[in-house]
Amino acid sequence: MLDWLAGLGRQGVQLTHALGRSGLFLFQALAGLPRSREAFTLWLNQVYSVGVLSLIIILVSGLFIGMVLGLQGYTILVDFGAQQALGQMVALSLTRELAPVVAALLFAGRAGSALTAEIGLMKATEQLASLEMIGVDPLRRIVAPRLFAGFFALPVLTIIFTCVGIGGGWLVGVDWLGVDAGAFWSNMQASVSFSHDVLNGVIKSWVFAFVVTWIAVYQGYDLVPTSEGISRATTRTVVYSSLAVLGLDFVLTALMFSNL
Amino acid sequence: MQDDWIQVDDLYFNRGSKVIFSGINLKLRKGKITALLGPSGTGKTTLLHLLGGQLQPIRGSVKVFGKEVPKLSRNALFKLRSRMGVLFQSGALFTDMSVFDNVAFPLRVHTPLPESMIQDLVLIKLEAVGLRGARDLMPIELSGGMARRVALARAIALDPELLMYDEPFAGQDPISMGVLVQLVKRLNKTLGLTSVIVSHDLAETLSIADYAYILAGGKIIAEGTPAELEASQQENVRQFIGGLPDGPVAFNYPSASFADDLFAKKEVDHA
Amino acid sequence: MRNQRWVEISVGSFMLLGFVALLFLAFKVSGLAQTSEQGSFEVQACFGDIGSLKPRSRIALAGVTVGRVGKVELDYQWLEACVTLQLNKNLIGKLSTDTAAAIQTAGLLGDNYISLTPGIDEAYLAQGDTLKDTQSALILEQLVNQFISNSTSTKE
Repeated sequence: MLDWLAGLGRQGVQLTHALGRSGLFLFQALAGLPRSREAFTLWLNQVYSVGVLSLIIILVSGLFIGMVLGLQGYTILVDFGAQQALGQMVALSLTRELAPVVAALLFAGRAGSALTAEIGLMKATEQLASLEMIGVDPLRRIVAPRLFAGFFALPVLTIIFTCVGIGGGWLVGVDWLGVDAGAFWSNMQASVSFSHDVLNGVIKSWVFAFVVTWIAVYQGYDLVPTSEGISRATTRTVVYSSLAVLGLDFVLTALMFSNL
Repeated sequence: MQDDWIQVDDLYFNRGSKVIFSGINLKLRKGKITALLGPSGTGKTTLLHLLGGQLQPIRGSVKVFGKEVPKLSRNALFKLRSRMGVLFQSGALFTDMSVFDNVAFPLRVHTPLPESMIQDLVLIKLEAVGLRGARDLMPIELSGGMARRVALARAIALDPELLMYDEPFAGQDPISMGVLVQLVKRLNKTLGLTSVIVSHDLAETLSIADYAYILAGGKIIAEGTPAELEASQQENVRQFIGGLPDGPVAFNYPSASFADDLFAKKEVDHA
Repeated sequence: MRNQRWVEISVGSFMLLGFVALLFLAFKVSGLAQTSEQGSFEVQACFGDIGSLKPRSRIALAGVTVGRVGKVELDYQWLEACVTLQLNKNLIGKLSTDTAAAIQTAGLLGDNYISLTPGIDEAYLAQGDTLKDTQSALILEQLVNQFISNSTSTKE
């Protein structure tokens, strides 16, 4: 019993330590935000590798999720004779919940794990140490551009995801199942508010982008530089960021949409 | 006193609960090649990290160019580091850049030189390591020895005053080993560098070093010129230089006696 | 080594795609164009019971949406629910001061909304005015209860 308590305490101390270290790490990386043309190029390259390269998976899964929503929504709504409200249902569930969350989960799997592995490998091959000895801060050169690229890319991906998803819902609902196109769009426009639904969704995805990129980059920077360490850190990135996204989603939803 | 580029006093360092250094004193003179020798796992690389300020000692002072490294601010540290070059064990070339860009990198970061001048400088450095023809290759296309020479060219790109080599000769075939040994010596002479070589390749290192320290068990067990060390009668120095498998520097990792271990296992089986 | 030009072009198209998608969400999905360009003016109305009326509920005049509910607060003096009505700017100088506001239900089980009925007064409502003629929400359970108690009392 006492051992168990001691173990719990040790875990607590370790957790607090890791939190503090990663917070300090984030602060140093953000404070080291470089402002030069070269930094812009570095950032651009990172937006390419975390954003543009994630586009395909976002497009495909957005389309499928929208189509599934259209199909499921239709079968439920048709029982109440309310299939006219399909547009509203698809658009609201996508803007408020599904797009930010699913895009963030996909981003963690696609881009987050790649970030961790890349930085981890740089650490393992002493490239980070070598940068430091050349007199270049790896937090500025390697970490900061990746962080800012992540902050930028995920909200954009989320917005694209939403649109493609609504397109998928339209395809199934209007094109295949025969919901009236006018009712589909007008119900959607009547119920979706730009400031309340769309912007809150974007804010959500911003928060997720922040957390996922932070976790990914920190795990890469802090890992044990062996092949086992890298594989563990990539796993941790995906697990931690998925849990963080789902947990934060609940908190944010409660804050934004509960009307309390 | 003026000539001591690096001065380490009473240095203590732990990694986790493992003691790496307990009370180390070093003095490195300007323009000389100093060797830090010792068996694997004695923290030679750690010592380089301490000199470069990448790790913080628990106690003691590390002075490089007369500045107290552990007390420097982040910016001052980066400034200091631009006066040192380090050749890492694995070369640590940036894998997303070509050989040319790797060598040009420190110049581009630290100097406002125009691209044409950078090109000239890079070619000079590459010529010095005999790899001018390989400038357009990517690091993955290089052999281990070539990668290390490119890394050397990068380390001297900014004409540092102090160059630290981490195991420069480890895992090299005799020819590239010979090339590297000659390179280190020649660079030291022509550029007036102060060099620190961390190594366990005894013969090669001692052949070019002016002064050497032998590390074991977290302490310096001997120091002197190569000739003095080879003539030493100290038992543990003899063991290291002669390459004897067992002696004062134990071959075995610290453990209970073998008999105890076996006996303990049997008891578990019975129970 | 990736071609830098290709990277720049593709990141540019990525940003453009995101921007177009945002425009799509703004205009096609949330119909921002129709409501935002009109602006609004605010009047107050207090009700004895607002039922399930919430911020952003609909305000209708002759069945046409003319605004949204802003804030909903409790008036601590009279213990009533005071609602801020955000109405389209076009209605300035059109609604008389004796306009009536009633809380109604869309269909039998639908959401509550505020229905406005214009009055006959010569003076017109301006920013910050208060509507005096208000009618609380009809709560279905209360109606049913009343009906049941009435019918039982008449029997006896």
